[in-house]
Amino acid sequence: MLTVLFDGLAYGMLLFVLAVGLSVTLGLMNFINLAHGAFAMAGGYIAVVLMQRFGLSLFWGLPVAFIVTAAAGAFLERTLYVHLYDKPHLEQVMFTIGLVFMSVASVDYFMGASPQIVDVPKSLEGNIEIGDLTLNKYRLFVIVFCAVLTAALQLGLSRTRFGSRLRAAVDDARVARGLGINVTAIFALTFAFGSGLAGLGGALGAAIFSLDPQFPLKFMIYFLVVIAVGGTTTITGPFFASILLGVADVAGKYYTPTIAGHQIQVGGFVIYTIMVLVLIFRPQGLFGRAPGK
Amino acid sequence: MIDTAAHATQGGESRAMAYFAERAKWRWPEFALWIGAFALAFLFPSRALLFNEVAILALFALSLDIVLGYAGIVSLGHGAFFGLGAYVAGLLAKAGAGAGLLSDPTFGLLISAIFCAFVGYITSFLVLRGADLTRLMVTLGVALIFAELANRMAWLTGGADGLQGVMPGKILGLFEFDLFGRNAYLYSLTTLFLLFIVARKVINSPFGVSLRAIKGNALRAGAVGINVNRRLNGAYTLGAAYAGVAGALLAQTTAFVSLDVMEFHRSADVMLIVIFGGVGTLYGAIIGAAAFKILYDLLAAATPQYWQFWLGLILVLLVLFVRGGIMGLVTGVYQRLTGKGGAA
Repeated sequence: MLTVLFDGLAYGMLLFVLAVGLSVTLGLMNFINLAHGAFAMAGGYIAVVLMQRFGLSLFWGLPVAFIVTAAAGAFLERTLYVHLYDKPHLEQVMFTIGLVFMSVASVDYFMGASPQIVDVPKSLEGNIEIGDLTLNKYRLFVIVFCAVLTAALQLGLSRTRFGSRLRAAVDDARVARGLGINVTAIFALTFAFGSGLAGLGGALGAAIFSLDPQFPLKFMIYFLVVIAVGGTTTITGPFFASILLGVADVAGKYYTPTIAGHQIQVGGFVIYTIMVLVLIFRPQGLFGRAPGK
Repeated sequence: MIDTAAHATQGGESRAMAYFAERAKWRWPEFALWIGAFALAFLFPSRALLFNEVAILALFALSLDIVLGYAGIVSLGHGAFFGLGAYVAGLLAKAGAGAGLLSDPTFGLLISAIFCAFVGYITSFLVLRGADLTRLMVTLGVALIFAELANRMAWLTGGADGLQGVMPGKILGLFEFDLFGRNAYLYSLTTLFLLFIVARKVINSPFGVSLRAIKGNALRAGAVGINVNRRLNGAYTLGAAYAGVAGALLAQTTAFVSLDVMEFHRSADVMLIVIFGGVGTLYGAIIGAAAFKILYDLLAAATPQYWQFWLGLILVLLVLFVRGGIMGLVTGVYQRLTGKGGAA
């Protein structure tokens, strides 16, 4: 039971790091970026390439994955996404799904369709035993790492000048603009940072969930659930939503095993039902508040 | 005074009637398209199976065009109704074992349509509660729930092995489904044609025009006295029924139903087709389906496995550079040729 909770926590933390960028950019620009998972996948594969081809450890893979995906995010935001902010949601959806398809096929072409196996660093192999409880070292690392990251994000958002500008822009972009805040620049930076975080999460999670070219499609649904349940106005909302989702998902896998079918569908039933119910009764998310417009 | 008022109303009424008549008029490219489509069955009998797929895809796209193009509801889970219709028709045909009313293909279509319309009506209330983004997620969530149900209820649906032993009877008790798929194609195409005529009538009716008003501006449409949610419920229900028929056609003509009918890519593909063909044009759905299938075959033959890349690229370019899809281009050319406005 505690092991399930522990695994779920690690999984939820990962989901949060993966999804938080999407949630903030969605709240900021009201832009539906379904291709967010592609950045996460890119991060995962960057780590894999570094480890397999160059023999570096995962500790090197993490920062490189972050930097490269953040740069890619910034580049794409400035060249492609910027044309789409004032287009209807439908076109944004089509555009980003197109990007997903392209990324899926490209990764398939360069890396092959089979799931990648990622070795965790030697120092993080094995388990720690505390009483009756067996804790996987790597998962513990993930939890601690993500917790520190989350705390840093929350501090950055609430204490720094950039954070307060960002919060102002999320609350009401028009008024923020009127006050002289450069929302476009904030958005570009946030987008790049969020993409970088997704890449980092992808690299971090590559050893936990299977990394294959279908990753952006599979996880798109998880991201949407996190946002639907958590709302887009804070980062604590998506955080709790991620933990909830992670624990529910892992518990679902433990207690209702199914033989065939995809990994995502196993135990997914409960999650989707929760998502639909939350959307119906609290369209702004369980933890969100109504947008100030 | 009273007389002139009555007169004015009458004038307005006849003008409205003329407007509807003008909108509903058939134009020559439409006749050409349908005659060509039926002729294909006899010109290229060996490709009938492919044509059949196109016809089914076109009907599916048509159903989404009603929901998306006319009602303006962005749905990422339209495949749910397609899959539902396929399972209903498949189970009926299995129960009938090739004979009797249960296996009658037309009866199967009817029951699938009614069932999907019912489910569509119920879920439309959930879908309509939110704005675009919420709708996207609710439709996706509903579709995932149905996919999960189909997966879990293996005793009924056959689970991952698919539904075996689907035996549709003779079409109208006369024509058997043959190996080469010609009858299947004619059957699907006729269904598509009949349902297209109905859709065309609906779109050009006051109901259809009110949908257009809602899509233009829901608030103002409500202000001029249109019951916005009721109309959208209706459109969503109709779209669900159409998608169910498309799914039923697939189940009957291939005599097999697998979990694949519920997969997410169905919903994504059909959305792509509608956008590709042109949103809110009806014909866009049909042309889009044909173009999609041809493109798919070409790309899959050239780069098997990686065709998705080119598909994605086309999507991205389409959104960035082409507004209105193929139909946008076609009607532009047509209007230039005939020198008059008004789209089919």
